[in-house]
Amino acid sequence: MSAYETVVGLEVHAQLKTRSKIFCCCSTTFGARPNTQVCPTCLGLPGVLPVLNERAVRFAVMTGLAVGSTVAERSVFARKNYFYPDLPKGYQISQYDRPLCVGGGVDIQVDGSTKRIGLVRIHLEEDAGKSIHPEGREGVTTTLVDLNRSGVPLIEIVSEPEIRSGAEAYDYLVRLKQTLVYLDVCDGNMEEGSLRCDANVSVRPKGRKEFGTKAEIKNMNSFRNVERAIAFETDRQIRILESGGRVVQETLLWNADQGVAEPMRSKEEAHDYRYFPEPDLLPLDLEPGWIDSVRRELPELPHQVRARLTSLGIPEYDAEVLTETRALSRYFEETASRAGNAKLASNWIMTEVNGIRNKQGQSIEEFPIRPDRLGSLVKMIAEGRISGKIGKQLFELMLTRAESPEELVKSQGLLPIDDEDSLRALAREVIAANPGPAAEVRAGKERTFAFLVGQAMKQSRGRAHPEKIQDALRKELEKA
Amino acid sequence: MSPEIVAQETAESIGRAVQSRERSAVDVARTFLDRAERTASRLGTYLHRDPAATLAMAADVDARLGAGETLGPLAGVPVALKDNLCAHGVPTTCGSRILEGYRPPYDASVVIRLRDAGAVFTGKTNCDEFAMGSSTENSAYHPTRNPWDLERVPGGSSGGSAATVAALEAPLALGSDTGGSVRQPAAFCGVYGLKPTYGAVSRYGLVAFASSLDQIGPLARTARDTALLYNAICGRDERDMTSRAEAKPIPVEELERGVRGMKLGIPRDLTAEGLDPEIRASLDGVAKALAEEGAEILDVTLPHARYSIATYYLIAPAEASSNLARYDGVRYGFRAKSEDLRSMYEATRGQGFGREVRRRILLGTYALSAGYYDAYYLRAMKVRTLIRKDFSDALERADAILLPTTPTPPFKLGEKVDDPLAMYLNDVFSIPASLAGAPALSFPTGMTRSGLPIGMQLVGRPFAEGTLLRIARTWERRNPDGLRVPPLAEGRA
Repeated sequence: MSAYETVVGLEVHAQLKTRSKIFCCCSTTFGARPNTQVCPTCLGLPGVLPVLNERAVRFAVMTGLAVGSTVAERSVFARKNYFYPDLPKGYQISQYDRPLCVGGGVDIQVDGSTKRIGLVRIHLEEDAGKSIHPEGREGVTTTLVDLNRSGVPLIEIVSEPEIRSGAEAYDYLVRLKQTLVYLDVCDGNMEEGSLRCDANVSVRPKGRKEFGTKAEIKNMNSFRNVERAIAFETDRQIRILESGGRVVQETLLWNADQGVAEPMRSKEEAHDYRYFPEPDLLPLDLEPGWIDSVRRELPELPHQVRARLTSLGIPEYDAEVLTETRALSRYFEETASRAGNAKLASNWIMTEVNGIRNKQGQSIEEFPIRPDRLGSLVKMIAEGRISGKIGKQLFELMLTRAESPEELVKSQGLLPIDDEDSLRALAREVIAANPGPAAEVRAGKERTFAFLVGQAMKQSRGRAHPEKIQDALRKELEKA
Repeated sequence: MSPEIVAQETAESIGRAVQSRERSAVDVARTFLDRAERTASRLGTYLHRDPAATLAMAADVDARLGAGETLGPLAGVPVALKDNLCAHGVPTTCGSRILEGYRPPYDASVVIRLRDAGAVFTGKTNCDEFAMGSSTENSAYHPTRNPWDLERVPGGSSGGSAATVAALEAPLALGSDTGGSVRQPAAFCGVYGLKPTYGAVSRYGLVAFASSLDQIGPLARTARDTALLYNAICGRDERDMTSRAEAKPIPVEELERGVRGMKLGIPRDLTAEGLDPEIRASLDGVAKALAEEGAEILDVTLPHARYSIATYYLIAPAEASSNLARYDGVRYGFRAKSEDLRSMYEATRGQGFGREVRRRILLGTYALSAGYYDAYYLRAMKVRTLIRKDFSDALERADAILLPTTPTPPFKLGEKVDDPLAMYLNDVFSIPASLAGAPALSFPTGMTRSGLPIGMQLVGRPFAEGTLLRIARTWERRNPDGLRVPPLAEGRA
């Protein structure tokens, strides 16, 4: 056991899924040609003024309410002044001493029990542009600036320093992202930068109350990298302390390729942001009635869906997996309602659907069998119209074909054998082909009966009705 | 020039003549362009003129009227724009080197409204760089001279707008007022200048100096003309979240209703010291005349107004330091030649901004810095709240406050350029209303013995611009020689 404790606070920037930017009408679509989604306002030209996007406010408030924050009836925008080539006004409009949301928390799982990571605040702000450093000629450094991202709405979600390991940070991020995606306020895509995370990391001897000196780590482009970076930084700081040194407060950049956090050049971090209230925007006043209406319209959140699923008899673990994304839980809900059997639907998604998706790296949206067809299939199995084995054959066929399972059953000759005559005929064939085992069963060796059932299923390529073939076999065995 | 002709040259009579098609907008434009041709270069009123574009605009107004379109009272009326107002494709420098060659790709909201109303732009008027100054000597290009005395300043920062109206180069002009930049030059040039209530006019497209104080305001030669221009630009604009629907056009006929029963407060505490004797005499004369018209004159106090200059010179530079951060030489305007990015930034800002602008950026940056914010910016904001309360208290007792616009008549060019503090003190009477966000009007009340204009100021309740103009109009009616024209405009100088 280490004698030290890691203390982590995370700052997550989430891009809100609004169609237009936070202070102008420009589109927020990702991937457009550089500097095509810009206007005088997001270019910061002389004389322009910001006009607040109401939808961005709504999305931020939804997030706050979903994580139990107190939504401020009055919050204030502030200018964060710093000079950077991709910041066209020379300041970022953000919130400072009066943020939109205060408090709240995110529940994570630690060793099988629930731990709440408190939130300090959630505030609204605009994104800056993007600096691009293309490979240039030898000795020539070129930087290009793309302002398509300038003015895209963000929320910054700041956690309390209550995270104690990289693994906890990972789980926190997974759950936070899940909430954002369920609310449909953020697409959660880290590669496209719609979710970004900075970590403040310090260590202290176990049992001590005071925090150690923290380092801020930036530039982590996946949840796994956040976990790795925190582990790396924890080790680094412990080594410094063990060797009698002192941790310096600094900003580090995570280098994922080499798995190390490297100091940023000090020039870039000595900021005095000179915050002051943004005079171009009035304080943001929200009617309590409006906040309540947003609360009433909140969609079902992941933990609420999970609770409902477990009440249907679905195991905790499965409920966890099925609620991973809103799309997956919707897929499940539709399948289950079609099938009329939630548990069986869950089994099929957990094993068959996810098995193939994991192998092929498919999202649930891309999966070729939609819930209506899977639901029909599960329904046929649930009602005993086909066996699970036939169901699997059908499932394989459905992956590449568009027909319904009912149509496929017919066209592929997979119709179950469940009429008395056919079953009796099948039973007779099996008994005739296996005289030895048949004799054993007649002599009372019950275990061999299963063998005969298996042979019948094999012979019928799984089409024989699993219970009725047993009856048929018994009856035929008694006859002879 | 006879008083009759001068009177015909009001915006009101021009608009009426153009609307009724007695006179073409092109003819009006030619008249004013010719006059500007004779005087503008001597006065230094403009930074950019394009007579062809002005005539084309006028021709368009005639065509619209010809096609049966109904235009308002500003149809065919020439209007000058201060050079910190953006008009699509028209050079906009704010009197600064750093915006040399910059042409905005969009129109300010006031510009859109004036185009729609059929106004015709005469050009972009000179001003102190980024509206920082009280004499128009801080323009990076050239100073503007006072039409009444070419050795003297026209005031500032909207000196070009005030001078162009005084010299009859345009019947109307827009300026911007942050601490007095419409009112003080109006007083120095003998014209009307209105700083509307903060939020009454959209700031969209006004290049920002101090965003919580900036307001665009009209300059004109009569009270009624001032109302007409105000009416065309006031009101809520969805592009400016600080603009307000309470700002409504003023029915011009209401300006004729006199002041009987109105209460006018004079802040004796503020005007006790440092006032030029001729200005004091004018203040007393105006108070007496308005009392004769039936107004009640009473004393009011503005106990915190004496902290106005200190407060203003923390808040305005703080906001300016942030507003002016965007000028880096990369995307538009002036760029200094340099070896690398960082030194390019430094050289661009060092060479592109003038002395006064650099001074205020430094002041403002300092006032907002960690460790100083509470002592400077935050405290200034608290005092501002007290000043605002002073006004609302005083305006509970009085319908308007009457005080001089400036402590002295126009000073000479060069007289105060090396003494920023003396220059700042010239705004002692105009800054308090700016901090309070209250509407304030400067109107011409006479001339000094040496022939320099004097202006008095009226400050009112929020959105009571009409009340201020009504009081000024009452004074104007008693003084039919009020429409005075400088000798230069008559071709005598």
